[in-house]
Amino acid sequence: MTLNRRTLIAAAAAATVPAMARAQAQPVLRIGCLTDMSGPYKDLAGPGAINAIHQALEEFGASAKGMKVEVLSADHLNKPDVGATVVRQWIDRDNVDVIVEVANSGVALAVAGIAKEKNKVYLNTGAATSDLSGSACNANTIHWVYDTFMLAKSTGGAMVKAGGDSWFFITADYAFGKALQRDTTEFVESAGGKVMGSVAYPFPGTTDFSSYLIQAQASGAKVLGMSNAGTDTINTIKQAKEFGITKKMRLAGLLLFLTDIHSLGLDVAQGIVLSDTFYWDMNDRARAFSNRYSPKNGGARPTMVQAGVYSSISHYLKTANAMGVAQAKADGAATIAAMKKMSTDDDCFGPGSIRADGRKLHPAYLWEVKSPAESKGAWDYYKPLATTPGDQAFRPLDKGACPLIKS
Amino acid sequence: MMMIFGIPAPLLFGQLLLGLINGAFYAMLSLGLAIIFGMLNIINFAHGALFMMGAFVAWALLNYLDIGYFPALILAPLIVGVFGVILEKTIISRLYKLDHLYGLLLTFGLSLVIEGLFRNAYGSSGMPYRIPSVLQGATDLGFMFMPNYRGWVVLSAAVVCLATWAIIEKTSLGATLRAATENAPLVQAFGVNVPRLITLTYGAGIALAAFAGVLAAPIYSVNPNMGTNFINTVFAVVVIGGMGSILGSIVTGFALGVVEGMTKVFYPQASATVVFVVMVIILLTRPRGLFGKAA
Repeated sequence: MTLNRRTLIAAAAAATVPAMARAQAQPVLRIGCLTDMSGPYKDLAGPGAINAIHQALEEFGASAKGMKVEVLSADHLNKPDVGATVVRQWIDRDNVDVIVEVANSGVALAVAGIAKEKNKVYLNTGAATSDLSGSACNANTIHWVYDTFMLAKSTGGAMVKAGGDSWFFITADYAFGKALQRDTTEFVESAGGKVMGSVAYPFPGTTDFSSYLIQAQASGAKVLGMSNAGTDTINTIKQAKEFGITKKMRLAGLLLFLTDIHSLGLDVAQGIVLSDTFYWDMNDRARAFSNRYSPKNGGARPTMVQAGVYSSISHYLKTANAMGVAQAKADGAATIAAMKKMSTDDDCFGPGSIRADGRKLHPAYLWEVKSPAESKGAWDYYKPLATTPGDQAFRPLDKGACPLIKS
Repeated sequence: MMMIFGIPAPLLFGQLLLGLINGAFYAMLSLGLAIIFGMLNIINFAHGALFMMGAFVAWALLNYLDIGYFPALILAPLIVGVFGVILEKTIISRLYKLDHLYGLLLTFGLSLVIEGLFRNAYGSSGMPYRIPSVLQGATDLGFMFMPNYRGWVVLSAAVVCLATWAIIEKTSLGATLRAATENAPLVQAFGVNVPRLITLTYGAGIALAAFAGVLAAPIYSVNPNMGTNFINTVFAVVVIGGMGSILGSIVTGFALGVVEGMTKVFYPQASATVVFVVMVIILLTRPRGLFGKAA
């Protein structure tokens, strides 16, 4: 295109429009959904998480209440440096006020630091590491859905109680896998069990787990703890079945999502024990939420991460509406403090609260995957085994080494 | 129990065998790459995506048309091979006169497009694909519990690799092919339709990738990223074996599978890197690769 005077004037005029609009209109809340749009966690978070934000906005009636909200989204590619760059751009250039989702503990920890530095609101629903409300906690972060401690306590504790007192871990070699193994080891050992060995494999990019499975079997342990997630866990389970590991060892899915079970199929996944804080079919309110969610997501039922995005954004909108959008934009830490003061309640997690260290509290559930005969149809996958109340499901406040908590 | 390097012997034998199984995939994929590079001078970065397509076509045949594993083992490579022929005819053939880099960029872009399309349509967690009932179960080999399906993978991969090698090295069709690579105008002067030969070669290389994809479908989750995990390693295999060397890629594929398998026992964290360490050493000491011919 050649640059003539007319296009130059048009371009200049176009460039000034957003600035003018910004100067005159009321403040706009900007929510940035940083998630995995193309990698192993896409199905359990990804586009479904973005849709959950829109659902929260609609059902809260944000525009009817006169709030202006914009939703941005980006793919962190499971790389902390990529995620950090996106978030800095969002905050510095695009005026984003809230960062939500961020499945992948490595990226999640990087983003927590930026949220604190820039005094923004950070609602993490997808990452697992319990450090987000522990040693890496800060006044700008809420860890919403689950964490490695809760998974370890719920699944690990239940397995040891059922006689699985010797463990072998297959662990994804990064922040999340290590945290999960560390937290589960603590539970197994304090319950009198022991860890016979572990193997850390390169993440991402590992597809063949047979070698590690054979090592697990040779260790003589009774339980195989899978400290991984997404397609890695799927491949581990598939291959464990193939190598006959499931006949001699019990598989403990330390972090399994509904979409993983969907991908495995019940004939492979049946009998696996796992923990979740949300299952679409667990009660009337959860079913009602899921029935509103599914039609916009190709019939897929929501995972706990997607439900968490809905729940956390709903609570944020309530808080921002109560304190005023301008104040909510101005001070991230103050907004988080206000969110902690208000008790939470939504269709996904029911009544709950947020603790001083940024840990959202709600019950944790232990599930067993149904056999094909027990399942009544698509997405009917879990039957309940046990419930841990919200105040006991997560790590005690004084044990997390969170700098916000003065002991 | 007998110990070797502090590892119980049965465990080590088991790992050797598993290494061979993974090596079978490396061998089949690098063989296709080597053929395509040898004949077309194209560094086919789309190979991983087409491997993934093979697995997806098998899945689609089963779920939409109720066509089982064994017919899919023939049909899927044919279907994906035809897709490869169309790609070659319409897009790739335009780049033969240019530098290798253009072909690399084009096929890399193609693989991103293909994987992106599948990701959009089917998500990222993958589709279940069952092991065919005749190959289910496992055999106790004494030192390890060997799934029958894995044994089938090694056998069929070895047969296909050897057959491909025999066709190229021992038949008159292979001779024509090799001659066409050396001196296309001369072969054309003898009345051979060289462009068609090249197109079919590309199709055959792609069909090999798709065949590997069908073999992989029951073991790995059939998901859009399954090719990306393999492709980098497979390129290292091709470089180590010697670019364009048929036998080199087969032998190196199996050998590196074993090297990687051993690394998983002694230092698992390095198992993703070890192939590249070998590649660096080979490039420093034998830049043409283990089986590469002197120019």
